[in-house]
Amino acid sequence: MDFSSFFRPETVAVIGVSYSSDQHPANVIFSKNLLRYPARIFPVNPKGGELLGQEVFSSISKIPEAIDLAVIAVRADLVPLIISECIKAGVKGAIVISGGFAEVGRHDLQDALIKAASKDNFPVIGPNCLGSFCPGFIDTFFLPSERVVQPPSGNVAIISQSGGILVDLLVKFADEGIGISSAISIGNKALIREIQLLEHFSHDPETDVIAFYIEGFKENEGRHFVKKAALCPKPVVVIKSGKTEQGSRAVSSHTASLAGDYKVFEGVCKQHGIFVAQDEFELVNYCEALSCYSESSGRKIGVVSASGGHGALSVDACTHHGLEVPVLSETLQKELKEVLSENVKSIASIGNPIDLTGSAKEYDFVQTVEILSGSDEIDCILLLILPYVPGISSDLGARVSLIYRKFGKPLVAYVPHVDKYRMLIEGFELNKVPVSSSIEGAVLMAKAIGTKRNA
Amino acid sequence: MRNKKRIEEILHKSKENGWVLEPDAKKIFSLAGIAVPKYNVAHTLDETVSIANKIGFPVVAKIVSTEIIHKTEYDGVAVGIASQDELETIFERFQALPGFAGMLIEEMVKGVELIVGAKNDTQFGPVVLLGIGGTGVEIYQDSSIRMAPLAHNDVSAMLDELKGKKLLYGYRGKPAADIGALARTLVIFSKIIMHIENSFESIDINPLFCNEGGCIAADARIILK
Repeated sequence: MDFSSFFRPETVAVIGVSYSSDQHPANVIFSKNLLRYPARIFPVNPKGGELLGQEVFSSISKIPEAIDLAVIAVRADLVPLIISECIKAGVKGAIVISGGFAEVGRHDLQDALIKAASKDNFPVIGPNCLGSFCPGFIDTFFLPSERVVQPPSGNVAIISQSGGILVDLLVKFADEGIGISSAISIGNKALIREIQLLEHFSHDPETDVIAFYIEGFKENEGRHFVKKAALCPKPVVVIKSGKTEQGSRAVSSHTASLAGDYKVFEGVCKQHGIFVAQDEFELVNYCEALSCYSESSGRKIGVVSASGGHGALSVDACTHHGLEVPVLSETLQKELKEVLSENVKSIASIGNPIDLTGSAKEYDFVQTVEILSGSDEIDCILLLILPYVPGISSDLGARVSLIYRKFGKPLVAYVPHVDKYRMLIEGFELNKVPVSSSIEGAVLMAKAIGTKRNA
Repeated sequence: MRNKKRIEEILHKSKENGWVLEPDAKKIFSLAGIAVPKYNVAHTLDETVSIANKIGFPVVAKIVSTEIIHKTEYDGVAVGIASQDELETIFERFQALPGFAGMLIEEMVKGVELIVGAKNDTQFGPVVLLGIGGTGVEIYQDSSIRMAPLAHNDVSAMLDELKGKKLLYGYRGKPAADIGALARTLVIFSKIIMHIENSFESIDINPLFCNEGGCIAADARIILK
């Protein structure tokens, strides 16, 4: 199946626009795409007429152009018929925004939708979903643009069963400066499910990381999903709800009692090289790190900071997450000492964690990162920046990021995320070096980069 | 996998009961190539003596009953039985337990107690569990899960996830367990469960004793679909 019409449509029909409510999902989708996206948009309502100065077509078949994508927001009972009309009109795919199907017990309507679409192998996302958001191309979320926070265009694809979780994740992605290629809410996933989208994005040249919010799989579907993910050359990150099991029924074997659904999910994902994020915080940090470095490096971390406390806390977090902070060799320590500023040399600790102290100059950070970048003793540098230290400037982010470009040694940074330090943060972000707003987040990034995949 | 047909026969025979009794479950695992202790089932007092003498004291005795899934809950397991008298007393006690169908007598085995289990998961199909075993298994909850069939490198990853893995590498002067044998046991086990995928719901081998000489399935139960 070709899914390009969902993510890069040139022509879009919005079926079900209202004349009485600007806030009707179809109207919001129509107006945002009309005003802010490149696709040609055609509103549809049986009454015809005009909306925002555009001609409203009385049916999909009346639109004079070939339609790539139909966005359907009509009453649930009308959807199967509309799907048939779309197929007849040669539409390439449809997103069904409407709710009122299996989620409210109307399995008959959902079955009718499936029947209408599968006869011609017609791709449908939904029902009961937000559809797709691809920065610069299409946005079928029925949320007014001024209300949402949108991440920039980038290389992470997110697929979510829940629309609410998806929009919330996008807020967090935007906050961390993580760019997305596509975000898709699949709702009831009556036809297109996680597995087909995994397949699609594993071939999508604009996507380097594929993230999922999963509630559950159909019988044996999980087995196929993880096998496909293991073969996917791109990192796959998942977050799953349902950690706590309610009303655990009496089980007759110890294994059945120990092997709860989430525990099985976690073990099986690990086995197949899938990153399992325990919460949104982990998901965001994994995605940011993997969007910058898709090759896995290793678990030996070199910690650089201007504060002993930051070094100590990050060593604790590294150990907790199975990372090593090895003591540097005498030779490497000597090499480091030689390049540091005179006043720093005598007070810095350079065994690893490296504490350059509050007297450190920008020069000391650059030199330290450069020397560590050239060493085999560590696999990744964790740079904890305290922007209030007088010796450093806002240029530091960009300067050390360029060292990564030169040596290829992965670097992750911690900088407090407040507006005052924005230029420093962007110095990293714009140069594709992941930067977290917390020490714990930066350590999770290092963990993601250091985890071997598809063993 | 070895002896597929005979394994299927045993499963078929147990279907009505809903689960496979210990002696039959052991038979299945030994047919497939997993080591089990020397054992036999006594139905009369006379048989207990001849079986125990053949195996050699001390022995372990366990109740065989279709009505008792968790034997320890009925005090249906006795270990370290050193004499004929002791064995006879236990036999008489077991006879009074619900559904008595015999007494399993087997050799005493020592080693680190692990649990090897399987679950037929709705979303992922047959999965294998490896954990620190014994009667406290649900208290410690120290276990790791992978999808079957397993490759040898899956086994080392599973071991890495166990807090109690140090017990296997020679803890406090004890000899290290045969990890290679453990890996082979798990791989065979994972093949069995793929083969009987349509029949089983869950399986416990608990304990699987691991010592320097190998791994032995000392108790086993297969819950059928």
